[in-house]
Amino acid sequence: MSDLHTELKKSIIEQLNLEDMEVNEIENDEPLFGDGLGLDSIDALELIVLMEKDYGIKLSDPQQGKEVFNSINTMADFIEKNRTR
Amino acid sequence: MNRLYVNGISSISPQSEDILETGNLREYQSNIIPALKHDYKSMIQPMMLRRMSNAVKMGLFCSKKTLLDAQLDMPDAIMVGTGQGCLQDTEKFMEAMLTAEEGLLSPTSFIQSTHNTVGGQIALDLKCTAYNMTYTQNSVSFESALLDALLQARTESGTQNILVGGVDEVSPAFTGFQELDGQLKKEPVKNTDLLWSKTPGSIFSETASFFMLGSQETENSYAELVDVEIINTAEIQNIGERTERFLQTKNLTSSAIDIVILGNNGDSRYDPFYHELQEKLFAETLQLAYKHLVGENNSVSAYAFWIASKILKENKIPDFIKLNDLNCSKPRRILIYNQYLGKNHGLILLQKL
Repeated sequence: MSDLHTELKKSIIEQLNLEDMEVNEIENDEPLFGDGLGLDSIDALELIVLMEKDYGIKLSDPQQGKEVFNSINTMADFIEKNRTR
Repeated sequence: MNRLYVNGISSISPQSEDILETGNLREYQSNIIPALKHDYKSMIQPMMLRRMSNAVKMGLFCSKKTLLDAQLDMPDAIMVGTGQGCLQDTEKFMEAMLTAEEGLLSPTSFIQSTHNTVGGQIALDLKCTAYNMTYTQNSVSFESALLDALLQARTESGTQNILVGGVDEVSPAFTGFQELDGQLKKEPVKNTDLLWSKTPGSIFSETASFFMLGSQETENSYAELVDVEIINTAEIQNIGERTERFLQTKNLTSSAIDIVILGNNGDSRYDPFYHELQEKLFAETLQLAYKHLVGENNSVSAYAFWIASKILKENKIPDFIKLNDLNCSKPRRILIYNQYLGKNHGLILLQKL
């Protein structure tokens, strides 16, 4: 697991107040929404803010968000390719 | 006209819920007192709980316990009184605005900061799509919610079971700001010494008290809610007359009141409103106080309603809530009087079944 994967998991746990969750409990390929981690639409907004604040990435296309936020792996891939900070 | 019975109750405060039975009075040294923590996870899903401030947790937890107490699954209406609403998320959001220099902000605390978040989260959790109203009317927020319940009962709207509650929370900075305009005492005062304090201001706390008001009496009923009156402005010298006038609308006089529960909060500027009733109209009536238990907040009269409901059902009146030496073994009628900063006076009348 890369540093970025761990960093992302820590940020998600903190930002979304997943109080009882540990970094090693989130699988890299586990779906973040629906049956996986069970995040919802408000969490999606938080993730958009997180991407812009921490990595300088602005997501404007909702369809793109659906793919990017599929799992930790897809988020990390997208960040690696598009980060400005 | 339908009558309204108190068929279920629950309360969260800085004191335990069995305080009247056990006499286990907790003492606090701070002028801002948090509510006791409860096992919220036992009734609220963790994924919902993670975003909730204390007011929402307390309000939802109490609502579910009230439904259990009343043996009901679903209310026909939800009415919440909260003077300051979700203060913690408001503070969080405003702090984030400052830190981010009004740039990109996290949406959750903004979404959760509105006053009607408590009522909304109760509805979401219960999947209740019925009438849902939040009243924010300073210290008569809870009385306003009660008044709505009474009006709905009187208009034969078909509303059978109404969930009514009062909830307010404290937040680290915003509650402390109330010291600047003299609402919060400048010197530390122990809650158990509050009633004898001779300085301006009071101590603040967070409380939630919820009730199931039903049009039918049940085996679990605590009392009957007779009426509510809100008086926005009154002078000390005419508060007795205004109270008598309220009682007259029910064809009652002060002698028909067995217990009066007063909102004395140790604020030397405004406690004279209570002293006026203590020394004149209700001089021969058992007088009780409660803010030395739970402090002050904009919906704390709901806690007095909770005490009154318990007393009318269980006839237990511990000495530590008495303001005078009188006794009353079988109270029939209890009048609650509260005001804040000399304004927004609330009168609530309950009677035994």
